[in-house]
Amino acid sequence: MILQMEHIKKSFGDLQVLRDVSLHVDAGEVVSVIGPSGSGKSTLLRCATMLERVDSGSIRYMGETAVSTDEYGNTSYVDAAALKGIKRYYGLVFQQFNLFPHHSVLKNIMDAPLHVQKREKEEVKAAAMELLRKMGLESKANAYPCQLSGGQQQRVAIARALAMKPEILFFDEPTSALDPELTGEVLKVIKQLAEENMTMVVVTHEMPFARAVSDRVIFMDGGVIVEEGHPEAVFGNPTQERTKQFLQNYQR
Amino acid sequence: MTLWTMVIKMSEGFGKTCAIFFLTLIFALPLGMVVALLRKSKNKIISNSVRFIISVLRGTPLMLQLLAVTYGPYYLFDISVSRNKLIPVVIAFSINYAAYFAEIYRGGIESISVGQYEAAEVLGYTRAQTFMRIILPQVIKRILPSVTNEIVTLVKDTSMAFTVSYQEMFTIGKQIANSQTSFLPFVVAGVFYFVFNAAVDFVMGKTEKMLDYYQ
Repeated sequence: MILQMEHIKKSFGDLQVLRDVSLHVDAGEVVSVIGPSGSGKSTLLRCATMLERVDSGSIRYMGETAVSTDEYGNTSYVDAAALKGIKRYYGLVFQQFNLFPHHSVLKNIMDAPLHVQKREKEEVKAAAMELLRKMGLESKANAYPCQLSGGQQQRVAIARALAMKPEILFFDEPTSALDPELTGEVLKVIKQLAEENMTMVVVTHEMPFARAVSDRVIFMDGGVIVEEGHPEAVFGNPTQERTKQFLQNYQR
Repeated sequence: MTLWTMVIKMSEGFGKTCAIFFLTLIFALPLGMVVALLRKSKNKIISNSVRFIISVLRGTPLMLQLLAVTYGPYYLFDISVSRNKLIPVVIAFSINYAAYFAEIYRGGIESISVGQYEAAEVLGYTRAQTFMRIILPQVIKRILPSVTNEIVTLVKDTSMAFTVSYQEMFTIGKQIANSQTSFLPFVVAGVFYFVFNAAVDFVMGKTEKMLDYYQ
């Protein structure tokens, strides 16, 4: 098991965004998380990637504990060194890409493997060029992010995350900032990664994509997982009234 | 006294003007960054005291600060006023300009989107790496126009060293003007500052161009 999140609770002030959410992801699995805005799906990803601190619950990557809550309800994160070790297991692709504008495409991809992971320059460069080839962006290696389209920027962001060789890759609404024409090229890349058995959790509003690519779909609403299962089951024959309602709104 | 003699005499003080200018930049530019980071400290005592110091430095005349740094030690601790006025002058200028630079840096740092920090955090950069590799280069590009403004002002502010009789160009010009009852030295001084600032504009313009490769 790559990721185990158990009984995650998270509030912002009085607003309870996650009310006891558990998520398990096995190696090679592709999990899509769907749901209306404010349902807590992005917060779930942000907790999984330590961008937000959970109020309670536990998170483990590859069996290594990052956060735990003891029987008295005290929640504690492991120390910084252990957390740094756990960080190498996951990558995150943002809705807004968040590329480094002052670095070329190639440097965006190479910088963290070189300076965080301290890998060899030759090896990192070869790996980065290979990733760019895969993304169909070889010719853009020396371009700067501002010279690329949104779709190209997002593919660079995916390459940047993959260059760290994560065990699992999270996508936070990767196509929401893109127009429909550019959405396709990013989804194609994610699909390709799924075929290569990359473990992924994708928060998305692209229903046909979620249905086609995922091994499992999770429908969230109001800070809880309402329904979870095989995409054909969730999309084709939802058991919960709230899921039916949500999917109907989408098909209109 | 001919115009030419005036120019020669005043250009002898120009070296000292340059000394104030360059030494102030060398000390104030990095000191401003330290002050900006302290100002952003999560420790309320630190950030509030730095905030107070900045408001004093920006809220009182530079001339007053010059006098305080030069003569203050004599009145307070009976330490004789140093013969080399360059030291107190550079100290006063550096502290004053660091306060202004600090606020420019702070504005620049706060203008960087939180997404840049988050991307760096997920990629595993340390806090120091995030600042040096990701944030600072972008901050420098954004603040360059405001920094140029301060530098241009600094060129002209060096003339304030006359208040403590430091023999830089303007002080010499003022002495000539008094002894010759002539306005001409001030015109010469004006030309000196204008040419100096034209050079500053040129260099800063080139630097901005250099960073033009991204948005």
